[in-house]
Amino acid sequence: MKKYLPLILMGLLAMLPLVGINTYLMHIIILVIMWSVIGMSWNLLGGYCGQVSFGHAAFFGVGAYTAGILYNKFQISAWWGLPASIVFVTGFALVIGYICLRLRGPFFALATLAMGVILRVTAENLSFLTEGDLGIMIRERTWVDKTWYYYIILLIAACTFYLVKKVIGSKLGYYFVAIREDQDAAESLGINTTLYKTIALCLSAVITGMAGAFYTNYMGYIDPKVVFALHDISIVAIMIVMVGGVATFWGPVIGSIIMVLLAEGIRSIPNLGAAHHSFFGVLLIVIIIFLPNGIMGDNPKLKKILRWGRTP
Amino acid sequence: MTGPQVEVLLQTLISGLLLGGLYALIGIGMTLIMGVMKIINLAHGELMMVGMYIAYGLFTFFHIDPYLSVIIAAPLLFILGVLLQKYLINPVMKVDSILPENQVILTVGIGMVLANLATIFFSSDYRSTPVDYATKAWYLSDVWKSSPIELSLSFPWTVSFLFSLVITAGLWFFLTKTDTGKSIRATAQDNDAALLMGVHVEKMRVITFGLGSALVGAAGCLFIPIYYLYPDLGGQFTLIAFVITILGGLGSTVGAIVGGIVLGVFESLTSTYIGMGWAPVGRFMIFVAALIFIPGGITSLFRRKRLGR
Repeated sequence: MKKYLPLILMGLLAMLPLVGINTYLMHIIILVIMWSVIGMSWNLLGGYCGQVSFGHAAFFGVGAYTAGILYNKFQISAWWGLPASIVFVTGFALVIGYICLRLRGPFFALATLAMGVILRVTAENLSFLTEGDLGIMIRERTWVDKTWYYYIILLIAACTFYLVKKVIGSKLGYYFVAIREDQDAAESLGINTTLYKTIALCLSAVITGMAGAFYTNYMGYIDPKVVFALHDISIVAIMIVMVGGVATFWGPVIGSIIMVLLAEGIRSIPNLGAAHHSFFGVLLIVIIIFLPNGIMGDNPKLKKILRWGRTP
Repeated sequence: MTGPQVEVLLQTLISGLLLGGLYALIGIGMTLIMGVMKIINLAHGELMMVGMYIAYGLFTFFHIDPYLSVIIAAPLLFILGVLLQKYLINPVMKVDSILPENQVILTVGIGMVLANLATIFFSSDYRSTPVDYATKAWYLSDVWKSSPIELSLSFPWTVSFLFSLVITAGLWFFLTKTDTGKSIRATAQDNDAALLMGVHVEKMRVITFGLGSALVGAAGCLFIPIYYLYPDLGGQFTLIAFVITILGGLGSTVGAIVGGIVLGVFESLTSTYIGMGWAPVGRFMIFVAALIFIPGGITSLFRRKRLGR
């Protein structure tokens, strides 16, 4: 049963548009799936390989801008951004990896954060390419209906899930975990840590970049402050994994459901809309103190608390 | 180089130096926390923002000069830092988890809450303290009548710079001459050895976090007469502090001072010769260059030289 759970879930999700749900709900579901793709990719680098990145907005933004610039400067469909972003994001990831992967732990985290900011400022200033602060607008939407967008992001999510599962089950995944647990020990066992960290970074970056390219197509508008946002992209990517469960397959999915619903929920409450960052921050603090491995990761602990509550 | 060009260059260097002095103060707070606690405080800029809002509030409601509010804001920030360390960061440092970077992510959460609370209470308008000496300046021609070039020294910038020098000197005195300061440095050098020597490590950590917060709060008060204020300003100063610490060498106070000044000068050179919008990129170019060419920071260069001799 457990083995077929992803397939069953896929089948159910694929049939979802046939039921005929309203557009807003569809939008939420698309966002949830997009964020779980980003969460899974972050988890690959951060959760399994132990390289906590604060700059996933950099890859997201590069992906989004690849699609946007293809449309805006070369007048071809922004959907070509999906394959094109693979090439560009890999290039960026190699450069960023070359600079940042020589740092460890928190220093790597901050260096990637700086990379995200560098790319944002660059995108703001290179206005001949990116239109600067004006942003890029996709003037013709491919479909008015959201169903096809849904299927596309669902396909990306399924591929990502499969890829992560395959990678983690393979030798590569064991290398990643070895690097996370003790980098020096991994090195001494003959694992080329720099190489495997770069592989993890590239894989993670490419998936995030695809999500970014999808975002451009789906939302139809990007500007540097939106796609290179520190709090709304990079930190949310971390939060999804932290809340859902570090180094678990289903953690990012659970996390993105919680985070997207929470964000939408708080925004819809009239006077609290401005405070959604506070809620996120408090949630992050609470999760880190009480469930440091997330809901999936600390499942036994959570069960114990619940049972203890029922039978005191 | 012609006369006006020299003038622009010298003026840029002067303002870079003044800015660097203030940056150094921000960097020292970060490097202290990093050295003693081995964590990166990503709420550093947000703490500075809190300090700036305190100074702004005191100025608007009680008409207290921003420079005087250092005396009030720094102790308040010290208390805030102590509380954060005691009730949020310390418990997390004891918890076992897969990712060791949990404390860093925790400080991000703290920063988010602080920035968001500031937005709620003060709205996201840009604010400043309109002090009457804001545009006052000293000119070289006042002192030296026949000077071939004209240079100016802005009054608030200079005062802020001097204040930051005084605070840095005070900190140096505290760290090298007092018992508590020596214990803090011992904790930074070797946690376990300090513990064995009878240093109350836990207490030193709390004090250090408070001290770092107080320093950056003071820097906020010094910044507000020459800068403007908005709730999201913290993030960029966190990054500046981090760039300074990388540039200067991790956990080194002298390095933070040198790094701050280098960064200030470099930034003002980029904004003069390339463009205002590119100043942040210049800041990070120097950061990337430091990572690639001198990963140990500027202090490692000194050390290498000493070894060679």
